[in-house]
Amino acid sequence: MNWFERLLGKQEKSGATAKQRLQMVLIHDRADVSPGLLEQIKDDIIEVIAKRLEINPDNVVVNLDNTAQESRLVAEIPLLQQNGRRRATVQ
Amino acid sequence: MNGKVITVTSGKGGVGKTTVTANIATALAMLGKKVVAIDADIGLRNLDVVMGLENRIVYDLVDVIEGRCRLRQAMIKDKRQPDLYLIPAAQTRDKMAVSPSDMILVCDELRQEMDYIIIDSPAGIERGFRNAVAPSDEVVIVTNPEVSAVRDADRIIGLLEAEEKGPGRLIINRLKPEMVARGDMLSIDDVLDILAVELIGVIPEDESILISSNRGTPVAMSGLNGSSASQAFRNVAQRLQGETVPFVDLTPKTGLLNRLNNWFSKS
Ligand SMILES: Nc1ncnc2c1ncn2[C@@H]1O[C@H](COP(=O)(O)OP(=O)(O)O)[C@@H](O)[C@H]1O
Ligand SMILES: [Mg+2]
Repeated sequence: MNWFERLLGKQEKSGATAKQRLQMVLIHDRADVSPGLLEQIKDDIIEVIAKRLEINPDNVVVNLDNTAQESRLVAEIPLLQQNGRRRATVQ
Repeated sequence: MNGKVITVTSGKGGVGKTTVTANIATALAMLGKKVVAIDADIGLRNLDVVMGLENRIVYDLVDVIEGRCRLRQAMIKDKRQPDLYLIPAAQTRDKMAVSPSDMILVCDELRQEMDYIIIDSPAGIERGFRNAVAPSDEVVIVTNPEVSAVRDADRIIGLLEAEEKGPGRLIINRLKPEMVARGDMLSIDDVLDILAVELIGVIPEDESILISSNRGTPVAMSGLNGSSASQAFRNVAQRLQGETVPFVDLTPKTGLLNRLNNWFSKS
């Protein structure tokens, strides 16, 4: 979006939306992992982690990430804050 | 002679494979090459009407494969060019009447006499696609600047790599420069960014393509009122020959406000 349209509070241009949607859908197509499968994997991860650590399932994010060379699964699992010190991210 | 087989494919239907096949075959013939176009869309014969040769069909591809005629007899000569031929698809059969090895045999015979064999592929990724791709030395992928067409092109590129026929080169068809300029269409760079393949042509949306199809005279040949699509197709033919031809600048003339916008959004 350009400065002028942002000023007017306009919607994002459909060309940019098209590109973002394509990038998302191709990440799943190329890895042959559907968004549904990703959800299941996320639930499994939550179950395993929650046995040992305190986490908030709502804050867990599991994503596919694509480069030209490889696809990778990226999980972000914030641990529940305990006295402000014990925070970690597992990748 | 050792002719080159070029397959035109896309995955998605209706993106312009048949139009592209007719026009690059014609444009290569206009450069003095010996060219045969093969309609591999068995059961949905179309290349004949786009090329304007529908009234002269006697034999078709399946007749050749099943031995009812010699290859030469199924090659319809386009009298408007020195050396342009069409092998039509069978209209009343289906894709299973042809196998990938049949296509390889037919093309190997054609390679002896022709410079280029251009194959029009059916939509889809099944048997018809595999038939069309089996004999190819080079693949041209046609897409439109549209989410569904680009997605299917990506799938085709993956399949081509799996068959060791890839990566192929890309034609972006039906581009509307004004829509790209106002941000309502994927740009050439957007599509290349996503598909990461080499570009071999950009064909603008052009009414003269429909007018040419109405008449059965490919726009590369008729060049209707200096149509931009006509020039674009002739450029593709030259690139297929290995020449370096700059891409025609399709950006519309911009007004002051547009230029300001561009300037600000770049910074
Ligand atoms: N660049 C273009 N500008 C305008 N119309 C086009 C263009 N390319 C293709 N068309 C039209 O789009 C339709 C589908 O094209 P076609 O070549 O039959 O696609 P396909 O063989 O992939 O199904 C046809 O009506 C054709 O005239
Ligand atoms: Mg077609």
